[in-house]
Amino acid sequence: MTDAAPVLELRDIHQTYGTGEAAVQALRGIDLSVTRGDYVAIMGPSGSGKSTLMNLLGCLDIATQGQYLLGGVDVSELDDRQLAKVRNKQIGFVFQSFNLIARMTALANVELPLIYGGVKRAQRRDLALEALDMVGLADRVDHRPQALSGGQQQRVAIARALVTSPTIVLADEPTGNLDSQSTDDVLGILDSLSQAGRTIVVITHEDAVGAHAARVVSIRDGLLVSDHRNRAVGTTALISAGTTGGSGAGI
Amino acid sequence: MTLFETLRSAFRGITTNKLRSALTLLGVMIGVAAVILLLAVGNGSSQQINNLITQLGTNTLTVRAGSGFGFGGGTAATDNSTKKLTLDVANRLAHSGLGHVDAVVPQVTTSLTVSSTAASESSVSLIGTTPNYFTVTTSKVGSGSAFTQADVTSAAKVVVIGSTIATELFPTGSALGQTISVDGSPFTVVGILATQSSTGIQDANSVVVAPISRVQRSYTGFGAISTMTVEATSSADVAAAQGEVEVMLDQLLKYDPATATGSAPYTVTDQTQLLQTAAASAQSFTVLLGAVAAISLLVGGIGVTNVMLVTVTERTREIGIRKALGATRSAILGQFLVEAATLTLLGGLLGVVAALIGARFEINGTQPIVLGYSVPLALGVSVAIGVFFGVYPAARAAAMRPIQALRSI
Repeated sequence: MTDAAPVLELRDIHQTYGTGEAAVQALRGIDLSVTRGDYVAIMGPSGSGKSTLMNLLGCLDIATQGQYLLGGVDVSELDDRQLAKVRNKQIGFVFQSFNLIARMTALANVELPLIYGGVKRAQRRDLALEALDMVGLADRVDHRPQALSGGQQQRVAIARALVTSPTIVLADEPTGNLDSQSTDDVLGILDSLSQAGRTIVVITHEDAVGAHAARVVSIRDGLLVSDHRNRAVGTTALISAGTTGGSGAGI
Repeated sequence: MTLFETLRSAFRGITTNKLRSALTLLGVMIGVAAVILLLAVGNGSSQQINNLITQLGTNTLTVRAGSGFGFGGGTAATDNSTKKLTLDVANRLAHSGLGHVDAVVPQVTTSLTVSSTAASESSVSLIGTTPNYFTVTTSKVGSGSAFTQADVTSAAKVVVIGSTIATELFPTGSALGQTISVDGSPFTVVGILATQSSTGIQDANSVVVAPISRVQRSYTGFGAISTMTVEATSSADVAAAQGEVEVMLDQLLKYDPATATGSAPYTVTDQTQLLQTAAASAQSFTVLLGAVAAISLLVGGIGVTNVMLVTVTERTREIGIRKALGATRSAILGQFLVEAATLTLLGGLLGVVAALIGARFEINGTQPIVLGYSVPLALGVSVAIGVFFGVYPAARAAAMRPIQALRSI
């Protein structure tokens, strides 16, 4: 581990759905801290609670118990408006199903978080074009999602996640709906983001994806079961895209 | 998020689904237009009746031959057929010095063909009467002059014609001074009646009025007359005049209602009363139309509600995405509010325009008169319905945690 202050810190996080007999404990006491610039993969089989964890990290859901500190601030104490601001400024979320708005162009989709962030129109356009250029879609800015391939849609979604320069990029199974070529493209982009110093947390059940990360955390049945570091924070991945890395993550 | 951005994203929402937006607009438009127009029609018809009451004057009575309404003069076959209303009876009534009666206007009516060198009109009402017809009844001389008492005495072949007849028979020039043929015999046109509003099936302007003596001599014979219009001294004296006229007529016709069998030889009607009854029914007609219109507005409102509910349900996922990207609740609410308000307001305004255009045309013989309050009322109700049902489900969706909204289909 490094000495850097954690950008994200979970303390004894519990998440329970339903009440009484029907209650399901999705998370049963997670402690996790992520330092700035780290590239963390959270791995686990389906039902392990990894998606629940991701939704909490992205402030899309509120934990029933425990503390979540994002940049030193306890998000569980924030009101709706403050949470919206945190989602807007601090978090860039990449979904498995892309979640682009179908009736808006790639550019408009990428501009959307900037609109909610109150960025002026001209600047917004520049930032959005820059982000789309970074994911290699400079020539597709006026296309609507349905005119783009799955890989391209996911790259638009990554551009949308990056455009606000968030503290942390969260990717929930970002390659789950993609073919292997598009998977390589997306993982390549995440690698270069990591090299550029961006903090990334990615959820996956694919070892190939986990192999790109500097650190692999495994969860099962709502509990952390292993925490393995492939390489030091900020170092380049040695594994090329497409090869299966024996991460030894205990899956 | 600025107001401009809110407007832009709302506008984008409207234009994305053009068919649905168009149907919503149409629903609101029809509802609003129906309310305004139906109330205008109801209002128009009661105003028309009120105008007629004023036009008629409130101080006339009509005496008809026979019992009941609608029987032409002299043809009423009753047990009292010998007790006929004749010109002689009318003259004696006029000169009997009744305290509350100002004038008695006898009339005989028949229907025949009139023609000029240019055209011919069949089934035109020919009214034979005295000069005071033009002062007592609603038929006023518009141009030229009325015939005189001297014309009546001499049974002169002069006529005053209705405006419709004047334009039909003399399409190119003035009818005044021209000669028309009434069932073959020539008459000189001395006057043209002012145009009257028409309520019945018959065109009130399609008449020819001539001296009663001439009409009796040439066409109807010297038997019974059709009607008498009795002018009371004032509108307050109409009831008193009616009583006097009835007593005097019974005496003149030697008719005793207490002992006589069969139907009465004459009927006295107070036109004002009739019209007041008609006005009251027009009022309830307006209320009924208003109720129908309110129902159509309600149905239109339910349509809007339905569209809005579907829209929001469909777009809950979008709301989730927007929230995940940092949209505040108020930003999302603002977007849906503006969307709903724009749609319903636009539809409402189109409805107002449609109603105002529709109100320019005569509908079933009634000129609609738009009620001032109906415009803001219809517009306000439709916008309120649209906005409430557009915003309420959006508010529910916006209050969800992003993950809940994202998980919905």
